[in-house]
Amino acid sequence: MSDITLIGINHKTAAVELREALAFTSEEATNALNALGNNTKIKEAMIFSTCNRMEILFVSAPSKKIQSEGNNIEAGEDATQSMINFLSEYKNLPTTRFKDSLYIYKGSDAIKHLFRVASSLDSMIIGEPQILGQVKAAYRLASANKSSGVVINRLMHKAFSIAKKVRRETGIGDNAVSISYAAIELANKIFSDLSERKVMLLGAGEMAELAVEHLISHGVKNIVVANRTFENAVVLADKFDSNKNSDKVSDKNRRCNAQNVENNKPSVVAEAVRFEEREQMLKDVDIIISSTGSTEYVLTAVHVKKSMSLRKSRPLFFIDIAVPRDIDPAVNKIDNAYLYDIDDLQSIVDDNMDERKKEAVKGERLVDEAVIKFQRWLENLDVVPTIVAIREKIETITELETEKTLNSLHLGEEEQEAIKRMTRAITSKIMHDPIRFLKNTGNHRNDTFYLNAAREIFNINNMNGD
Amino acid sequence: MTLENIAYILFLIATALYTGSMAVYISYLFRQKEEFQNYGFFLICAGALLHFGGICVTTIIMGTLPAYNLQQTLYIAALALSGTFIVLNQKFNLKILGLFASPLVVIMMIAAFMSPDTPPLKASFLKGFWLVSHIVTIFTGEAALALACGAGILYLIQEKAIKEKRRGFFYKRLPSLALLDSTSYTSVITGFTMLTTGLITGLIYAKSVWGTFWSWDPKEIWSAVTWLVYAALLHGRLTSGWRGRKSAIMTIVGFAVLLFTLFGVNLLIGGHHQPFTK
Repeated sequence: MSDITLIGINHKTAAVELREALAFTSEEATNALNALGNNTKIKEAMIFSTCNRMEILFVSAPSKKIQSEGNNIEAGEDATQSMINFLSEYKNLPTTRFKDSLYIYKGSDAIKHLFRVASSLDSMIIGEPQILGQVKAAYRLASANKSSGVVINRLMHKAFSIAKKVRRETGIGDNAVSISYAAIELANKIFSDLSERKVMLLGAGEMAELAVEHLISHGVKNIVVANRTFENAVVLADKFDSNKNSDKVSDKNRRCNAQNVENNKPSVVAEAVRFEEREQMLKDVDIIISSTGSTEYVLTAVHVKKSMSLRKSRPLFFIDIAVPRDIDPAVNKIDNAYLYDIDDLQSIVDDNMDERKKEAVKGERLVDEAVIKFQRWLENLDVVPTIVAIREKIETITELETEKTLNSLHLGEEEQEAIKRMTRAITSKIMHDPIRFLKNTGNHRNDTFYLNAAREIFNINNMNGD
Repeated sequence: MTLENIAYILFLIATALYTGSMAVYISYLFRQKEEFQNYGFFLICAGALLHFGGICVTTIIMGTLPAYNLQQTLYIAALALSGTFIVLNQKFNLKILGLFASPLVVIMMIAAFMSPDTPPLKASFLKGFWLVSHIVTIFTGEAALALACGAGILYLIQEKAIKEKRRGFFYKRLPSLALLDSTSYTSVITGFTMLTTGLITGLIYAKSVWGTFWSWDPKEIWSAVTWLVYAALLHGRLTSGWRGRKSAIMTIVGFAVLLFTLFGVNLLIGGHHQPFTK
């Protein structure tokens, strides 16, 4: 029987330095998979490496065909040790450096872990949607390098479908779990069409800029940037403006940011204004994101009230992510003005996170079910159960058909017995060669492939409640 | 089977379809599946079709548009509401109002079934183009204003959630404030236009029957008050930006006045419309 093993480190077990040291780029992974192809102990392998985790999934070959339980486990141990050594050599890192952080899952634990990872139940931010794409990419790489076989192929396809099911049937992907997404969710509850809304950014800062970028990816086309230092405002505005932006903003350190910004850059017009103009701008903009270092309010209720009558009470949404706050809290009392500060947004995020954790419990149940199903398939993917199943199926068909024919023929007992003997002989002669082949395929690296093919040909997988 | 029985059965099936539609719209509130809205809309359309058939049959029996006792009035009002909702929904995609319209229609239908079967007022002057136009436009206008009130209520719920930063059950399930506000505004404009037309045709009819446009009947006075409330709402919106909250409250106040004009005046004060709600 094939042994599925998964070794790896993730954000829970290892610090970022170690994760970086063990991370694989896709070129490295390709080379490593090719190198592993020469390892006789490993039948199939896949490397999955993201910012938060590095995991190697592999199927080990038993060292001999027919083994007792104890030996089989030893063979698995052997392969695992060899994989750890390989990792250490390939990454040029002594095993002692990462041994404590390394987790090793075998059999159903490995399957479960993989399903949980793909379903985003094991992610730092539960339910984040990128992980499935990353798992798919890793699988594509393995399958392109022919390092995945029958077991990994099926395992991964089951992982993808369970991940989709978890996302569809539970709410783990609902509700924003980052400050900037929470702000956008609110904006969508206030305005009906963000593409017609104008955004003003006061000050600068990573979170504020990220919020603006999210708004752009949700259709906002007009940005105004105001900064105490006008030059900074110009630089920032150019960064958002699709005509001036050379599109090199996708800097490397954002690669590992879990909140990636969708890459459909619409035509965005961004202009810089002087900081003193901010009050006048309130007449024209709809969403204000404030993140200045000011110790006093940069916008007061009086400002907002005045501009509210100029703009005929069209709604204004203020997002104040500065500490200390930039916008007078009294603004929220004005009709059609909505003010959220960083604490308000954080509490939304916290609530949503709790909500996701609750939904994750449902996800875990779905994963457990899928693991049991897969385990059943895997257990049957062995010589003996396959042969038994094929034989049973053929014999049942033969017996049934013989019975039908005999019932309509009114033959004597002896003749009946002769016909039964004949059909049994036919069955066992037909079965003889296929069974002999399955018992010794002559290529034991690939025997799971033949076993699976045999099961498919005789359509016996479906008999196991698959 | 008599024509009365046919009409009764049509109304009964229509009510069942409306109830189904209501159930689907309410379940949409709990499980946000887009197709639910489509089913709900389909059911209300089917209901309205049979309902319309029932009204047609009654019209044949009566020889004129049936709105001469409480039961008939309620049937007409309910059809006006479902019909107006269907048209507004098709034109402006105001799906969420189904949540408000379908239960209201069901309530009116049930009320109609339960209301006493008073013999409808029969009088020779209760006929003619102006009267029919008066009834149709008034009820359509009132239905649109009922929908405006519904959108206003939903607006206030959503606005409170966002203002007070307490995102409860409705926050997730209701659409954006802007959409609710424009829904309410569209409904008010439609309703106000129809109401105005209805009042004018009413005046013309009064002139043709009683020889005078205006007779200081309580119904007339309260209709004018209702008209003024909505006129003020539209004026405020166009000139001084009465949006959102203020506008939502006004649609609710306006509808309360309208309900009083429609039923309250007849039941409490009287007047020449009184027999139609007995």
